[in-house]
Amino acid sequence: MRHKSAVSEPGAILELREVTKQFPTHRAVNRISLRVARGEFFSLLGPSGCGKTTTLRLVAGFEDPTSGEILLNGASIRHLKPYQRNVSTVFQNYALFPHLTVRENVEFGLRRRGENECARRVAEVLELVELAGKEARRPSEISGGERQRVALARSLVLAPDVLLLDEPLSALDPNLRKQVRAELKQIQRSVGITFLFVTHDQEEALAMSDRLAVMHAGELEQAGTPEDVYLRPRTRFVASFLGALNWIGEVGVRPEATRIARSEMEAGERARRATVTRSTFLGNCFHIEAQLEDGQTVVAEVSRLAGPFATEESVLVWWRDEDELRFP
Amino acid sequence: MRQRGLVLSIYALGTYAFLHLPLLILAAFSFNQSRFMVWEGFSLRWYQAALHDAQLLEASWNSLIIALVATLFSTVIGTLGAYGLWKRTSRWLAGSLYLSLVTPEIVTGISLLAFYEWIFRYLRVQLGMHTVILAHISFSIAFVVIVVMARLGTMDGHLEEAALDLGANEWQAFRYVTLPLILSAVIAAALLAFTVSFDDYVITSLVAGVDSETLPMVIYAIARRGVNPVLNAISALIVFGFGSLILISERLRAR
Amino acid sequence: MRRLRWWFLAPSRTVMLLLFLAPLAIILAYSFESRGAYGGISLPWNIESYLRFGDPLYLAILWRSVWIAAVSTLGCLLLGFPLALYISRAGTRKNLFLSLVILPFWTSFLIRTYAWMFLLRDTGLVNTLLEKFGLIHNPLPLLYNDGAVVLGLVYSYLPFMVLPIYAALERLDVSLLEAAADLGARPWAALRHVTIPLCAPGIWAGAILVFIPCLGAYLTPDLLGGGKSVMVGNLIQNQFTTSRDWPFGSAISLALMAIVMLMLWASAKRSGENLL
Repeated sequence: MRHKSAVSEPGAILELREVTKQFPTHRAVNRISLRVARGEFFSLLGPSGCGKTTTLRLVAGFEDPTSGEILLNGASIRHLKPYQRNVSTVFQNYALFPHLTVRENVEFGLRRRGENECARRVAEVLELVELAGKEARRPSEISGGERQRVALARSLVLAPDVLLLDEPLSALDPNLRKQVRAELKQIQRSVGITFLFVTHDQEEALAMSDRLAVMHAGELEQAGTPEDVYLRPRTRFVASFLGALNWIGEVGVRPEATRIARSEMEAGERARRATVTRSTFLGNCFHIEAQLEDGQTVVAEVSRLAGPFATEESVLVWWRDEDELRFP
Repeated sequence: MRQRGLVLSIYALGTYAFLHLPLLILAAFSFNQSRFMVWEGFSLRWYQAALHDAQLLEASWNSLIIALVATLFSTVIGTLGAYGLWKRTSRWLAGSLYLSLVTPEIVTGISLLAFYEWIFRYLRVQLGMHTVILAHISFSIAFVVIVVMARLGTMDGHLEEAALDLGANEWQAFRYVTLPLILSAVIAAALLAFTVSFDDYVITSLVAGVDSETLPMVIYAIARRGVNPVLNAISALIVFGFGSLILISERLRAR
Repeated sequence: MRRLRWWFLAPSRTVMLLLFLAPLAIILAYSFESRGAYGGISLPWNIESYLRFGDPLYLAILWRSVWIAAVSTLGCLLLGFPLALYISRAGTRKNLFLSLVILPFWTSFLIRTYAWMFLLRDTGLVNTLLEKFGLIHNPLPLLYNDGAVVLGLVYSYLPFMVLPIYAALERLDVSLLEAAADLGARPWAALRHVTIPLCAPGIWAGAILVFIPCLGAYLTPDLLGGGKSVMVGNLIQNQFTTSRDWPFGSAISLALMAIVMLMLWASAKRSGENLL
């Protein structure tokens, strides 16, 4: 039987407290704590093997935590089976039932609850994901993008407290991804359900999330808004995972914050002399590689309007104080 | 290269002839008017003789009953077992199933005979249809497990997780998601188990009672006595019948 | 999750335990007992039955069984390898040709064995044709000897050799053969030095799958060998019916099982794969 959610605690709909998952061979998740607010689009971001999918599966109920607590609406769901939790998962390969039609797939959860008069709700959710008219098709008869929408509809129709998405865009064509990204975000906004989204693509995470958490080797490195995490990374890993980074000694500076000047007037006090080693034209900007006097190389992203720089040209490399990233 | 292709083709043709001619010849002579090796014209007399022979009919009936009951049980038990093993293997069960496949039939047969005799010291039962059926269930299960597990191996493991995620409990996930997807393999396994059971001679002859003569036992007795064209007719019927069942089974497996 | 799985496995476990393992345990026990007054089982415990293996009569039977099984395996290899090769080169019709090999096997073992009786007996088709064409005057004794048994075994178990070799050939990387040709190997040399060595696991698997049932064969030597070609299987059957020497029959059965399991173990170690 499903457990009804308790009266909501203000703010956090989902909370993980010191959750650890130890497998025989390795520790996949190590004392992760995080809180997801109601209606939030929250991403778990990290490279493969960092534990983000395991974390998702712990919330879904497919794995049991070795220790720690998982709370949904303030109530512990740690010992509940997947079918007793009011969360729903959109799998990476969608896991649509091949022997059922689109309609039967979407109805599946409702039927298991005993709700046999569900035509209206199914029609509504199929409208929402723009699949109206394809109810009688089988999964093998529709495209990859359409299958993803069926998987989404199948979970949304159950009105879960949290929707768990395991890299749903990775199986799509690259050109389709940006469009689907926007659609997903739009759906989340209009339905208002909390999304817990797992991805290894930092651009996706930054574009879609209200807040995100960066994971690495089972640890949670940092959680915060996209701006927080990109502009004020707390660890080296977070800084270099979320975007390119130049290291000049102990200081990190993003390429778009690394400036190239020809004269000392434009540059600030901290300017360093450097020689351009390569200039790559990327259409809307230049990537200028320059070697400093002490041998270190930096890459600067320079606007097209700032003009081309020639190889061997001697320039000044500088940046603003507030663009410096330092780590303890 | 082309010459070798020709040599290989001829060799293959010869081997296929070796494999198929004996049965084809057997079937051809079942239509022979004469009971000797000379062809004297087309006739269905041997088929008529076969279908009117009381002993043959009774034995066929016994074989049918045994095969149907044994197949029913072994298919159900084997399918459930395959599913259980697929979830997480049980080494001793997998091992004993494998062992039952490689154990020579004569050994299986005599061990069951010994087992039954030992049991009969304590229970007031004798050898009969039931002992044969139990024996058939025992050796058929491994076949069913193999066929069903092969199909389960091609199934996406996430499908059951999705079912659980959407609110189905473990039994419902099996019933509404897994079972429909393996059903054609289950039927294929049943057809296979049926033919294996119907055709068994060695084990059956050892554990059958006086009243439970099966068709293979009668065929064996006739074959030992001498040339009998009725046997050709029976052979043709069985080979054709089983061949069709197995063909259907293979089609279902490939789905 | 675990409880459901337990219930699903319970029937299989029960059947295997009661109707397969328990019987084997019983004959294990019997092999150490003595023959009773009326042909049953009685104490005392002893290893007499196992000691009788040294009797030249029984050694001869064992030797014949091994010999027949080995020759049959070789026969299957000589017929089966080219066939598997042919099928793997058949392009779109591979499945058809493969089915043509497998299908006969699954019809009826008994009838397929009988078919050779029909062909080979003194009044059988082969002899009749040979006499008709004046090649012989008296029927050749084609049946009721070791040769007929080997023929019957090869005929019965050929698919067991073809399938693993075919599977191995399918796994073969075609570019290796192209490389061999590129390096100057002619087709026969490529076969000898590239194809066959790389198919070795399949060949071994096929050999084991054929040798084991041949070693324990009963029906084939019984029908095609008459009383003249007694193999281990016939000996066992004899002990449990005519001779009524159950301890001895049990001992032979267990010895046969031991040989079979030893061969499987050795083969598994060799290939590291599970034949299942």
